[in-house]
Amino acid sequence: MNRKNTTLARGIDWPVVYLFFALALVGVLSIFAVEHREGESVLKTLFHFSKTYAQQVKWLSICAIIAIVILQVDSKFFTATANLLYVAGIVLLLVVLVAGKDIKGSHSWLVIGGFQFQPAELCKLFTALALAKYLSGLETNFRRLKSQVIAIAIALVPAFITIFQNETGLALVYFCFFIPMYREGLPGEVLVVAFSLVILVISALLVNKDLLFIILSGLALVVLYLGRTAMSRHRGRILLVVLIWGFCSSFVMFAVPFAFKHILKPYQVTRINVMLGKEINPQAGYNVMQSKIAIGSGGFLGKGYLKGTQTRFDFVPEQSTDFIFCTIGEEFGFIGCLILLVIYMALLMRIILIAERQRSVFTRVYAYGVASIIFFHMAINIGMAVGLAPVIGIPLPLISYGGSSLMTFTALIFILLRLDADRQMVLR
Amino acid sequence: MSVFNQSRKTVIQLIFLAIVGAIIIRLFFLQVLQKKYKQLANEQAIERKVVYPSRGIIYDCKGRAVVTNDALYDLMVTPASVKSMDTAYFCNLVGIDTAQFRRLIYRAILKNSRFRSSVFIPLLSPEDYGRLQENLYQFPGFELVERPVRNYPYPAGASIFGYIGEVDSATIRRSKDFYLSGDFVGKNGLERSYESVLMGTRGIQYLVRDVRNRPQGPYAGGIYDTPSVAGRNLYLALDMDLQTLGERLMQNKIGAIVALDPKTGGVLALVSSPDFNPNLLRGADRSSNYARLLHDPEEPLFNRATQAGYPPGSTFKPVDALIALNEGVITPAFGMVCLGAYYGCGRVYKCTETKPGHASSLLNAIAYSCNSYFLQVFRMIVDQDHHVEDGLVNWDLHLGQFGLGHRLGIDLPGESPGYIPDTTHYDKVFGRGRWNSCTVVSVGIGQGETVETPLQIANLMAIIANHGYYYTPHLVMRVQGGDKALSSFQVRHEIPQVGESDYQTVIKGMEEVVEHGTAFDAQIPGIDICGKTGTSENYKVINGVRVKLQDHSLFGAFAPMENPKIAICVVVENAGFGATWAAPIASLMMEKYLNDSIATDRLPLLQRLEGADLIPDYIKVEKLKVDSLEKASLRRLAVGSRERMGVASNFPR
Repeated sequence: MNRKNTTLARGIDWPVVYLFFALALVGVLSIFAVEHREGESVLKTLFHFSKTYAQQVKWLSICAIIAIVILQVDSKFFTATANLLYVAGIVLLLVVLVAGKDIKGSHSWLVIGGFQFQPAELCKLFTALALAKYLSGLETNFRRLKSQVIAIAIALVPAFITIFQNETGLALVYFCFFIPMYREGLPGEVLVVAFSLVILVISALLVNKDLLFIILSGLALVVLYLGRTAMSRHRGRILLVVLIWGFCSSFVMFAVPFAFKHILKPYQVTRINVMLGKEINPQAGYNVMQSKIAIGSGGFLGKGYLKGTQTRFDFVPEQSTDFIFCTIGEEFGFIGCLILLVIYMALLMRIILIAERQRSVFTRVYAYGVASIIFFHMAINIGMAVGLAPVIGIPLPLISYGGSSLMTFTALIFILLRLDADRQMVLR
Repeated sequence: MSVFNQSRKTVIQLIFLAIVGAIIIRLFFLQVLQKKYKQLANEQAIERKVVYPSRGIIYDCKGRAVVTNDALYDLMVTPASVKSMDTAYFCNLVGIDTAQFRRLIYRAILKNSRFRSSVFIPLLSPEDYGRLQENLYQFPGFELVERPVRNYPYPAGASIFGYIGEVDSATIRRSKDFYLSGDFVGKNGLERSYESVLMGTRGIQYLVRDVRNRPQGPYAGGIYDTPSVAGRNLYLALDMDLQTLGERLMQNKIGAIVALDPKTGGVLALVSSPDFNPNLLRGADRSSNYARLLHDPEEPLFNRATQAGYPPGSTFKPVDALIALNEGVITPAFGMVCLGAYYGCGRVYKCTETKPGHASSLLNAIAYSCNSYFLQVFRMIVDQDHHVEDGLVNWDLHLGQFGLGHRLGIDLPGESPGYIPDTTHYDKVFGRGRWNSCTVVSVGIGQGETVETPLQIANLMAIIANHGYYYTPHLVMRVQGGDKALSSFQVRHEIPQVGESDYQTVIKGMEEVVEHGTAFDAQIPGIDICGKTGTSENYKVINGVRVKLQDHSLFGAFAPMENPKIAICVVVENAGFGATWAAPIASLMMEKYLNDSIATDRLPLLQRLEGADLIPDYIKVEKLKVDSLEKASLRRLAVGSRERMGVASNFPR
């Protein structure tokens, strides 16, 4: 094809581009469905940017320009500036702490000349680049604990700053960098331990802590009894079991209640409790209930485009941003949701395929970073809409309304495409 | 360390797939398996709105609309939208205080939640409406919603038209939930009899509402909507001019007037006095007005024309004569000597006429209303087979054919059947075989146990006017678009066996009544009137004592003699001689109907009748008692009756 031979498009992975635009189109149409009222002139609103879908179209155009610019940049630019960008991102996050603006209870926005954006969004991109840069470094031996700790620190420092901005949701996203680290050799045990911790936290929330303590102690005794022959030979293992028991018990008895009392915001505690079914709080449960009603009422085939009653008439809050999935669920039904998830999975699998065909570790780590960020956003966002995950406000990639988020994902994907176009090179 | 471990790629892919799989399973449960979300969505976003059709309009015989529709306004409130307003000013406009305001808001929230609108103040008076409408923009959350109510351009005919009111729970149950709580249904009169015709067909609109309960247009383009069909109009035989005149003549009197068109059975006027302005039972003061009417000792809500039974007195004599002629026990020439009393049964029955020769023939006996003559005739009828039981059974059979002792079937609710004593009754009172024609003789002159409604007496007059047939009296001549229910009014009820010449004799006698006899006052120049006065004795238990009250004044008539156009019955309770009050009232009514106006020289008569206060003393005493009740207790009565009416359904339950 002629187009593919131009310098701009040489070596570009077109399937990703198609999937990117498919998702962006779904986004604009969904936001349109939320905002549009019968009898309105679409052209007029588009020209006046008076509705969010017009704004989204504007953002999409800007993103197209950003994409073209990124494709023009030399790949080495990204490896060269990765650390610099990361530091700049951290500085921006710190600036926000001082000079940020409160929007909807989160202290994470910067306003520059009437243009507002969330540095925390952009920082995901910089962290992905920095992590890739560190892991691809010649001096880095990721099998060593020291390197692992440094890599984890790179991933989690922005997360901690983001927590202080009241954006717990965005902070959680940084935990997705464990996936590229796992791919690069972080012991599987770390994932297992992290998973066990999650189980422990949830059970600590669900079950009475004294009862849980008894269960844990019982479990430890059973393990000691069953492994008594092995342990008589290795005294160290007894110590390990006792240590794990001690950690879990103190975690359950003290750490979780402490975190709930002093670290998490009351609304977050309520949301988590509601999600776990421990508490019926009409205010906190309202969003999820409305979201479930909207999606559930879509049925198998959906109500048809622009025919949703729940998403179009403000029953679901934050419809064009956090709960945009409801519109798709209501108007296109189970089939529509399935198709959307297939598109996402196609994009993710394609990115993993791209990652695995790289010669340079930098691009591979970065690609896994991109896939993890997109996956984490999608899973949490949809999970929250269907009541599987707590309500934390993170956008659905490329679909939710919002300039910062759309531009970040555009940059993430097109930088990957740029790097992939140079996959014959070894980048460090 | 370029390719660390390819298998970890698979692990990551599996994690992705597992989580997406979990989401898909969850979606499958939400969207395909569970149906409750669909229902929940419809409940909160789709409003099923019942569209009430306008009720049918009622026209009188001259095509004038006598019951129409009007709109009053309910003040509605959506509590969640009420904010930042001058409550004191608002309360001042509506005429409530701040405490009441708070209470009404709480009630609205209890009843319908804070997001749905509910009635704040029902049926505002036009003045309140005008004042509020101008200022409504200052009060967010409040709106005025139109409510259809009935309007009565002529303030008459309340006992005919009835009224509409909120449906009660018993009616809802009987209708198998066809009616919904808060619906208005006909509660009495024509509104009730013709409810199914007048109400029309309710329509249903499905509206999409947003989270603030604001309508956002029809659901699914309106394909599930059903349109409402307006109620059908009624066309009455009633002449509103005649009705109004009747109510004027009967003011300050207790009694009834029924005027029929003998040719069709159509009701030309139906007055029950005391009457009330039908406009009292619409609008905001409806319930307090109703309570007052309900507790009025004059019982204005009691339709005396169709529900009250009166001893017919002498108006019964023509029937007596017809049956006797038919049975062949007398001929028109039959005569007897009466010197002012009847001695045939050992007991003295007085006769109002003492002139010799007034009972020399049937004609004279009717004209001078001779009691002796008809007591004798009655005994001759029931004793003709020397077996009084058989005689009475036969007698009752005749009366039944004349429409007595059973409901005629007029299209008004609650008609009374009257009462004709039968052998069972006398067996119970006197013992089997222990009574004879003398024991029951007063029945022959329309006294004793016999009770007839004014409607039945008017119908009797129509039968005589028609020479032996009648149509069931009815108000509605035609229903817009036709109605099967009216077919029963097309059936001609023949009185069997009675011969034409018998009628002519009786009619002649009744003409004499007016020409030379007892009802001299009923004459109308240029019109031959046939009538019969009645003065019936009556008793009432007052404070535990059976008291003989002043006689009822009755008059039954039809006119003109040839080709009769109107048959009428007038009853004035406890007013004395039939000739004094009932006869002139009937005369004016007939004049008005036949000549369309009342002659100038008769206007003083009209004024005298109108001005007469004939309310019996015992009722006046009762009225004083009620009036002197303290205001507080009156209010208690009002609340009680409102609850009985089901008006209180505005309150949260």
